[in-house]
Amino acid sequence: MTAANNRRTIAVASGKGGTGKTTISTNLALVLAQQGKSVELLDCDVEEPNCHIFLKPQIHSSKPVNVLYPSVIQDKCTGCGVCAQVCEYSAIVVVKNKVLVFPGLCHSCGGCTLFCPEEALEEVERQVGIVEEGSSSGIHVIQGLLDITELMSAAVINGVKKSAGLSDIVIIDSPPGTSCPVIESVKDADFVLLVTEPTPFGLNDLKLAVGMVRQLGIPFAVAINRCDMGDGEVQRYCDDEHIRIILEIPDDIRIAQAYSRGEMIINVLHEYKGLFVQCLETFFNQKDPGLNTGQDGQ
Amino acid sequence: MKIAVSATGKSLDDQVDARLGRVQCFLIVDTETMEFHALDNASINAGGGAGIQTAQMLSEQNVKAVLTGNCGPNAFQVFNAAGIQVIVGVSGVIRTAVEQFKSGAFSQAATPNVAPHSGMKGGGGMGRGRR
Ligand code: SF4
Ligand code: SF4
Repeated sequence: MTAANNRRTIAVASGKGGTGKTTISTNLALVLAQQGKSVELLDCDVEEPNCHIFLKPQIHSSKPVNVLYPSVIQDKCTGCGVCAQVCEYSAIVVVKNKVLVFPGLCHSCGGCTLFCPEEALEEVERQVGIVEEGSSSGIHVIQGLLDITELMSAAVINGVKKSAGLSDIVIIDSPPGTSCPVIESVKDADFVLLVTEPTPFGLNDLKLAVGMVRQLGIPFAVAINRCDMGDGEVQRYCDDEHIRIILEIPDDIRIAQAYSRGEMIINVLHEYKGLFVQCLETFFNQKDPGLNTGQDGQ
Repeated sequence: MKIAVSATGKSLDDQVDARLGRVQCFLIVDTETMEFHALDNASINAGGGAGIQTAQMLSEQNVKAVLTGNCGPNAFQVFNAAGIQVIVGVSGVIRTAVEQFKSGAFSQAATPNVAPHSGMKGGGGMGRGRR
């Protein structure tokens, strides 16, 4: 399939929540769709997907995300305790020769089943979330939703990513932070756009996020939301580190108002569309990327 | 009868620690003789499931009861499977707590009294930041 070869994946990430990550990923996707590109938006913030608030997609399919966990075949189990020794997550323990499984802690590694000398374990499925697909203004929207009591977001994020792949451009709205689910969301991207705010907290979280993408070796650039507030420290840091800032959204009360009404910036505040168009041009113009992993700056 | 007490230090005159999975050590006390020894909690720095590992460790000590402050559902389930009584909400000097236990002043907890992972550093722990 040609689409697979030419497909470009941009992950929009942020060291903390509430920086405008979703605003940016949804507006970028909409600009691309309005330009006639085939685009998918993956909402990988599976604990709290919110792209749908702005894009209001018509959901046309929904499927469960299942994970495997071990179940004990009592007749065969000798209570030897090997499974508990194998498990890194305390998801299976043996007390008084009885095996106890904690499905919520299980990472589905399969180790216990593999090493059980009596073949007394079998892997069974349980549902931890759903993946929904829909469309909105020419964007194929795929969102994951982790069940509220579950911890294994990575499984749902994977489910979302597996459902993608029909379009030329994929935009990923990743969860906030720099933990495992974030890495799961961004690791296969061609490019990461790190969203931040020009505040001391924003800078601190940006540094963590930069550390993460450098570790992953993915090209990246920075987007600054509410760029005209703050003291310029974020800009200075990016300069020093030779990190390109490819999108700066001003602190405009009308943007906040549009956000609170669930409206898309480029639809209601046309003057800002150019910013997103430019950002995408910089990204797609690979001849002058200036987009780096920051290694040359060290 | 052998019982375990989550402890802030290694003598009977130290305090009962409210934590279970993240406690530094336990005193394993013989209620008849008041002889005891300290047992370091190997799970204190475990990534997750510390309560489960702690409960498993205590079950290997063949204790009949555990006196502590808080016990989450996972550890509770392990204690139940091991037939170990769980007594929560205990505080104060360990020696006094053991005496109270002997006199039957405590009743066994019927349910866990805290949410899972609540003993993790930063409070939130493995729990999630659903806003
Ligand atoms: S390894 Fe297998 S036989 Fe041994 S305790 Fe676990 S389930 Fe039972
Ligand atoms: S599958 Fe892996 S994580 Fe799950 S209980 Fe077995 S060893 Fe532990």
